[in-house]
Amino acid sequence: MRGRNGIIVAIVALALLVGAGVQAAEPIRVGAILAVTGPASFLGGPEARTLEMLVEEVNAKGGINGHKVELFIMDSGASPEKAVSFAKQLIEEKKVLAILGPSTSGETMQIKGIAEEGKTILLSCAAAEVIVNPVAKWVFKTPQKDSDAIQAIFNQMKRMKISKIGVLSGNDGFGSAGKGQIEKLAPENGITIVANEVYDKASTDLTAEVTKLKAANVEAIVNWSIVPAQSIVIKNARQIGFQGPIFQSHGFGNIRYVAAAGAAAEGVIFPAGRLLAAEGLPDSNPQKTVLLKYKKDYEAKYKEDASTFGGHAYDAFMILAKAIEKAGSTDKEKVRDVIETMRGFIGTGGVFNFSAQDHNGLGIDAFELLTVKDGKFALYRK
Amino acid sequence: MNLDLFLQYVVAGITYGTIYGIVAIGFNIIYNATGIINFAQGEFVMLGGMTAVTLGRFLPLPAAILAAVLLTTGVGALIEILFIRWLHRPSVLRMIVITIGLSILIRETALHIWGESVRALPYFTGTSVTSIRLGGVYISPQVLWVVGISAVVVAILWGFFRYTLLGMQMRACAANRDAARLCGISAKNMVTLSFMLSAGIGALGGCIVSPITYVQYDSGVPLAIKGFTVAILGGLGNSLASVGAGMLLGILESFSISVLPAAYKDVISVAILLVILFARPSGLFGSAEVARLKEF
Amino acid sequence: MKKQGLQIAGFAAVVVAIQLAASLTGNVYHLTQLTMSAYYSLVVLGLCILTGYAGQISIGHAGFFAIGGYLSALLTTHDLSAHGGPIVSGLAAMGILTRRPDLYGGELLTVHPWPACIFAVLTAVAVAYAIGGPVLKLKGHYLAMATLGFGIIVYRIVLGTELVGSADGIYDVPAFPLLPRVAVSGKSSLQVMNYYVAWGFVILGMVFLLNLVRSRVGRALASIHGAEDAAEAMGIPTARYKLKIFVVSAAFAAVAGVLLTHYNGGVGPSESSVMKSVRYLAIVAIGGMANLWGALLMSLLLNYLSLRGYFGTYDDAVFGVILILIMLFAPDGLLRRQLFEDLKAAVFPAGGEKET
Repeated sequence: MRGRNGIIVAIVALALLVGAGVQAAEPIRVGAILAVTGPASFLGGPEARTLEMLVEEVNAKGGINGHKVELFIMDSGASPEKAVSFAKQLIEEKKVLAILGPSTSGETMQIKGIAEEGKTILLSCAAAEVIVNPVAKWVFKTPQKDSDAIQAIFNQMKRMKISKIGVLSGNDGFGSAGKGQIEKLAPENGITIVANEVYDKASTDLTAEVTKLKAANVEAIVNWSIVPAQSIVIKNARQIGFQGPIFQSHGFGNIRYVAAAGAAAEGVIFPAGRLLAAEGLPDSNPQKTVLLKYKKDYEAKYKEDASTFGGHAYDAFMILAKAIEKAGSTDKEKVRDVIETMRGFIGTGGVFNFSAQDHNGLGIDAFELLTVKDGKFALYRK
Repeated sequence: MNLDLFLQYVVAGITYGTIYGIVAIGFNIIYNATGIINFAQGEFVMLGGMTAVTLGRFLPLPAAILAAVLLTTGVGALIEILFIRWLHRPSVLRMIVITIGLSILIRETALHIWGESVRALPYFTGTSVTSIRLGGVYISPQVLWVVGISAVVVAILWGFFRYTLLGMQMRACAANRDAARLCGISAKNMVTLSFMLSAGIGALGGCIVSPITYVQYDSGVPLAIKGFTVAILGGLGNSLASVGAGMLLGILESFSISVLPAAYKDVISVAILLVILFARPSGLFGSAEVARLKEF
Repeated sequence: MKKQGLQIAGFAAVVVAIQLAASLTGNVYHLTQLTMSAYYSLVVLGLCILTGYAGQISIGHAGFFAIGGYLSALLTTHDLSAHGGPIVSGLAAMGILTRRPDLYGGELLTVHPWPACIFAVLTAVAVAYAIGGPVLKLKGHYLAMATLGFGIIVYRIVLGTELVGSADGIYDVPAFPLLPRVAVSGKSSLQVMNYYVAWGFVILGMVFLLNLVRSRVGRALASIHGAEDAAEAMGIPTARYKLKIFVVSAAFAAVAGVLLTHYNGGVGPSESSVMKSVRYLAIVAIGGMANLWGALLMSLLLNYLSLRGYFGTYDDAVFGVILILIMLFAPDGLLRRQLFEDLKAAVFPAGGEKET
């Protein structure tokens, strides 16, 4: 009897081994649609590099649950029609488990329906609220909420007793989203917007606009835009003699923009993920280890400063990886369910707490107020 | 609008107007010699700025700028020799398309060499926050450099075309190609020279303005369009008028934000372009016959 | 006429063959990019007539595509439920407005795709008529610059206007129910149907244009292209014909814009960019300036490759290089008729009649 049991056990064990062996060959296919070139390349470039670095690292360790990761990065150039074409290609042809990205909100909204129809996980690296609000089953995003960023700024303004501000914003989705949130949250925070200008995001000179704001006697300027305008605004503002505090969006999160603005960047205040000033964090901060490691690895491999944008891709991939590991399978439904119930996940953008109603997982504490001191990012302590 | 705000707008307008004028002069030089509108003109400006920034890392600033200008001049010559020189009586359509293609090629090459980030040279004097105060108006010292150097360039060009042998040869070629050739002037070389001059001037413009406006791999296209608008506004082929027309466009754009949302600032220059093209293609200062006769 | 019919039939056969091959081998997903290529080809065909046959260069045609796409998208996504009023109710009663559910279970009152499409195309046509007059009076680089300017203005307007989504564009555009059971939609279950719908439009367009080329207007066009002043002297109303062709090409682009927008479910400012216009021009150039079939084949090939990411980060550069190479070495395009005649003569040396 025992002998036969032994044989049965051996056969089952053998079958399992063989099955596992066969399984181990099957790679996990992950797609990424990023704007590596084109008008949003400051987002897509670091994101693509981050993903490549992470996949290499993971595969060197043997993959996730023994499966290697196969990453398909497709450069959409921030074109929605390319994003649509690639999304369909990734879902139907490459049959990916999940799509990371896209880099911009416009593209994300265009493929949101495709991801839902194709029942494929979408972990967007774009910031717009509408991506996760209203919540769609398969769509998540890793960047923090605009409204939280603005609330962080308003909290600081209240501490500084500022009540009259001037708002400048770029004419793209990011700028108009920020402007909308600023206008919405200002009244309940006791802030009055006395001047409000929208400029072309590719403007090369904003002297006229800041002059208008200065003439309206604003106590502080809030600028919500991306590169290069964010560096140009602060330069122009200081050149015409504006002395008040200047607040920027979390789009300022790359040391290059500080370098581009030179001396004008000193003292700029902006909310951002803690990645940029990770060294200054107390050791008790839960994110510190993750941040320092990402920074070190990225800067060593690519010889350029890490930015919060690459961090969004880092979070997207690591969340997916953790979910696959925990689910123990590559079944899309199962992995999605794990993501949705993930709590306390430490990423670069903050500590993520997902739920069925919250597919972003970050709150206002994901932000830290940063400033520029001697040409470097530093925690703002006031 | 008080006087200070008004003057501040004017200063901003003059700064940009000068650059548009420089680009327009580049267009005019090539147009005069060849009848071609060089769509890649803006890329020369971009190349000058980008090269100078890269060289500025190991050369002192003046040397970096000089080297960048010379390198870009070389690129201009290279383009002419490789792509234009050996064409035999090409149609206007063909030339337009070729220069558009060149513009794309240069832009994509710049993208793959330098990446997508913006770059800037350091301010020639002072930093990004120094400003000189004249009454209620704040001017960055860089603005004075831009206007000053541009004025010098225009003066030198004027002297070149008027008083030097080479300049007069180019003018002869522009006026009447065949007659010039009969006089022993090598028309082909004049064409190459015109490309080199345009490239060099454009590059210098890119260097002096980059601290203020930054350069990026795709800075060339909007500049080319505005430069072309200014060239047409002043009358195609008339370099001196380009300077004035440039100022005009710069100031119009600057003031436009007081009536239009700033997001539409770029529409102004294109709208002006279309109006000029429809109403008076010979420009403000040009004559109708000159506008029609140019052929390669 | 017979030759043309054979060509069309042959092409249709190829279209069907591709679909069958894709479906039978389980590679149906290729149909997506082929469908998108078909719509882009409509723009190319219109541009081919304008640039190749009538000799009027346009580097702004993406602007017409955008006018069609954006207007249709705006009308079919803008929720009018908040507006009470007699006009809205009246339009709703007439069936011009329709109620439909949105992605999240709410209800929208928007314009039905059919009237939206008609409005969009008519607007594009009106714009073409309006600017066509002054623009087509220009020649050479002035004409090129004017069309470039037009394209840029459209781009700047859609980029700067919040109503049409600024840089993000418009999304959640519904399917376009052309006929009771036929809809232009991106749903994967309707992939095969949409493939045939798209190529059906292309074939219709080809038939129309081929007839146009052979008609009196077409012959007049050829003479305008050859020597405009001579044509004028012969009494051909060149200005009127040029304008007609300009409007036709604008209409083609606008229709393509409407259909592709409904297929993709959205549209963005990138569709009206200068690079897009340059691409269309590059394809017309490589296909042979005055060669409709050449342009169609090249459009199919190049757009398909581009949409599948084949060119990677060099996507724009590829089209730039194509333009330069073609213009330098083969200004009449690669697939020019002369080439085929030469080949034919080379293969059948005896008795080969050379057409000029």
